[in-house]
Amino acid sequence: MMDYLKFNKIFSVTSKSQKYIFFLFIIVISIGLLEALIFSPEDYKQSDSVRIMYVHVPSAWISLGIFSLISFLSFLSLVFKVKNFVIISKSLAPSGFLFCIIALVTGSIWGKPTWGTWWAWDARITSMLILSIFYLIYILSWKIFNQKELAFKISSYISIIGIINIPIIKFSVDWWSTLHQPASVNLLSETSIHSSMLFPLLIMTAAFALFSILIFLMKYNTELIRIKNKGLDRL
Amino acid sequence: MQDIIIMNGYGAYVWSAFLFTLFGFAALYSLTKFQLKKEQKRFDAKFKNLDLAKVEVAKNQIIYKEILSYSSESKI
Repeated sequence: MMDYLKFNKIFSVTSKSQKYIFFLFIIVISIGLLEALIFSPEDYKQSDSVRIMYVHVPSAWISLGIFSLISFLSFLSLVFKVKNFVIISKSLAPSGFLFCIIALVTGSIWGKPTWGTWWAWDARITSMLILSIFYLIYILSWKIFNQKELAFKISSYISIIGIINIPIIKFSVDWWSTLHQPASVNLLSETSIHSSMLFPLLIMTAAFALFSILIFLMKYNTELIRIKNKGLDRL
Repeated sequence: MQDIIIMNGYGAYVWSAFLFTLFGFAALYSLTKFQLKKEQKRFDAKFKNLDLAKVEVAKNQIIYKEILSYSSESKI
């Protein structure tokens, strides 16, 4: 098992799996787009504007999930000094940031026909904006600080501090009176969304997850080659 | 077909949200692919300039073989 955690084994797996993930992503996103834009029903209240949900909600879920994972791995790498966790965290950040931006922009587009405004300083929206700032600072910290050890420590602290924002985003709709609707899909309690809408939502979530895995694999390989490139000087 | 485009008057909102998402995907994929290729080219160029003794050392490290197997030129 530990053998597969070695860089050479990982590089082989991450390189070979990219094309399979890419083709799987194309298939799943094609099904998801057909379901989301054509086959799924319109909402009795929001009419066709509800279709924005199929890109907005999966983006928000995945950006939250990725940031939580980055924070967890950063904590582990600070405590146990596992170099690989640092590279994994760094490679996850770009897709998490993109999904956070997509959630904000599509939420803003959805807000105009449903709330009558592009933007409101609502608790859920503001906390999502703060998450995007945390992502941006995390990514920039790797670019600004030339010393790797310093960049690792600062980016790790940023992600650990940022984790405080995750439950705020999740429970903001319950804690404060907000424009944003409460969660319709729950893992622990009954889901209030109809299966005809839940199915395309899950398909789109799977497609978005595959895309983030694909970007992660490419970014991870880039980081490994960069490390090994420096290693050539020491041969 | 017209119904799909107009979407009861919400077409502009729905299509712009989906197009923004797909454009974001294409942009991030292209950027990441470009960075990967650039790093691979940099590695290949550096490897080409290594002397034979260092190439022999690199031959014994599987990770270098793996990286080079994904590039066009290889000394191994």
